[in-house]
Amino acid sequence: MGDVIQVQDLTKFYGSTLAVDHISFNIKEGEVFGFLGPNGAGKTTTIRMMVGLTQPSSGTAWVDGHNVTKETVEVKKTIGLVPETSNLYGELTALENLIYQAELYGVLRKERRIKASQLLEEFGLKEHQDKPFQKLSRGLKRRLTIAATLIHHPKILFLDEPTTGLDVMSARGLRKLILDSKKKGLTIFLTTHYIPEAETLCDRIAVVVQGKIRIIDTPENIKAQVKETEILEIGLDRLPEDLKGLLLSLDGIEKILIDENRIRFHVESLNQVAFHILKSMEDRGVTIRSINTLSPNLEDAFIRLTGLDSELMKIDKVIKGGPE
Amino acid sequence: MNEIKKAYFIAKKDMGAYYLKPPLISWGLMLPVAFALAFYLRNPAGIKDVTPGLIGMTLLFSSTSMAAIVITFEKRIGALERLLLAPLHTRTILFGKALGSALFGLLITFLIAVAIVAAVGLSIKNVIAFISVIILSALAFSCLGILISVGVKEVFEAMTLSNFFRFPMIFLCGVFLPISSMPFPLPIVSYLLPLTYTVDGLRHCLSTGGTVAPFWTDLLILSAFVFLIFSLSLLMFKKRIRQEF
Repeated sequence: MGDVIQVQDLTKFYGSTLAVDHISFNIKEGEVFGFLGPNGAGKTTTIRMMVGLTQPSSGTAWVDGHNVTKETVEVKKTIGLVPETSNLYGELTALENLIYQAELYGVLRKERRIKASQLLEEFGLKEHQDKPFQKLSRGLKRRLTIAATLIHHPKILFLDEPTTGLDVMSARGLRKLILDSKKKGLTIFLTTHYIPEAETLCDRIAVVVQGKIRIIDTPENIKAQVKETEILEIGLDRLPEDLKGLLLSLDGIEKILIDENRIRFHVESLNQVAFHILKSMEDRGVTIRSINTLSPNLEDAFIRLTGLDSELMKIDKVIKGGPE
Repeated sequence: MNEIKKAYFIAKKDMGAYYLKPPLISWGLMLPVAFALAFYLRNPAGIKDVTPGLIGMTLLFSSTSMAAIVITFEKRIGALERLLLAPLHTRTILFGKALGSALFGLLITFLIAVAIVAAVGLSIKNVIAFISVIILSALAFSCLGILISVGVKEVFEAMTLSNFFRFPMIFLCGVFLPISSMPFPLPIVSYLLPLTYTVDGLRHCLSTGGTVAPFWTDLLILSAFVFLIFSLSLLMFKKRIRQEF
């Protein structure tokens, strides 16, 4: 399979702020490529430059052989973008929205209604086809926005934070739709700040921080980079405020992550530090409820590679405006 | 041809989503009816003279009503981005927006013109000429609305700015006061306004007298206004896209 997307030295300044910093990568046909990073990392700006919506300050990209700065109309014919905000027309019904998209993309008149009905069926929206877009739930809006993006059979699908703001069931359904689209041969470029989502969906991931790509590889290879780190997870009955500082002062601990009453230690050698950790806890009078040793996951690798706190990745961007 | 078809689809969607709504239609019809009644009550004998002006005003208000806010509104709800993502040239998007507004202006003006012309007992000398003036004027005014829409950032700014253009235009186009009797430099300003040529063209078609230019000059100047205002809107729209996207 050849490369359908080539990005070369793409850079974007907003005034004096550098949003995207000389990034380069290629994406193969049929691949799900994830762009993983915290909010403000430059993910949306990258996607907008790749679809011809935003002019790069320097560098360029080719999508299906078309230059994104010079052949924007050709690029738009082969792609579909699902933006972070579901932005179909509130006044139009689900069916009308799909037919309107088909008209704009030059789908033949006799095929428009058939394709729209097929997509409504496929996305579980048939019973909502006559409801105005603005009356649909957030999850259904998201589904319809993706369906509208597929009306012209794009080769490449761009998804910008597709599950942001969705409830658990809707997000799960959407992830299944993404995997189904991959099975049909679509190339998918996905931005997300949900590490498990990137791990589940993507063939390869680019970890991006402050507009720069830190690493591009498969989730397995990225995890392998922190294989030498050992992880100890201890569940406690309570968490004294000063415990983290006390534990961090111990030798051999790389990082401590706290999730409610569970503490996860990234250590160089369990043999050397486990005793000291348990002793510190006993001294503080805390009761240990559970002890586990874990293999590093993508979140651990991400933290190790970027130096960022994983809590940063759990903050959803505030979605401005839009008919959500 | 394909681009014109896509512009038509944009116009058709805008008509359904924004224009053909009871509040906008009733406002479009009520305003000229109120003006006509006011003129008639003030001077019943002079209503024929002001009929071209009334039709011109109807065109101006109906063709600019939503055009002035449509781009700003769609930018705010995120729908403009969807349009920009479709494989369309910016000129097609803008023409589609102007076309929707012009079609609404034509619909309202047709209803009002038929009613007023019949009520005051005027006859249209040349229907094709009359339709030509109406179509060119609707396009010129809708492009003016679009120009305002691409030039502002907020919906309220669009409303203020469109009234800033529309009301002086009514007073300066020769409906209330003949251009020849206006003090200097107002006649110069009058000759720079598209509504002047709409009213003059309609005067030719309705044979009400008081014309200021030959009929073909009116048509040519209105065509030039359409081209100029659309080109300026396109330049500003492209600049705005570069700045905001």
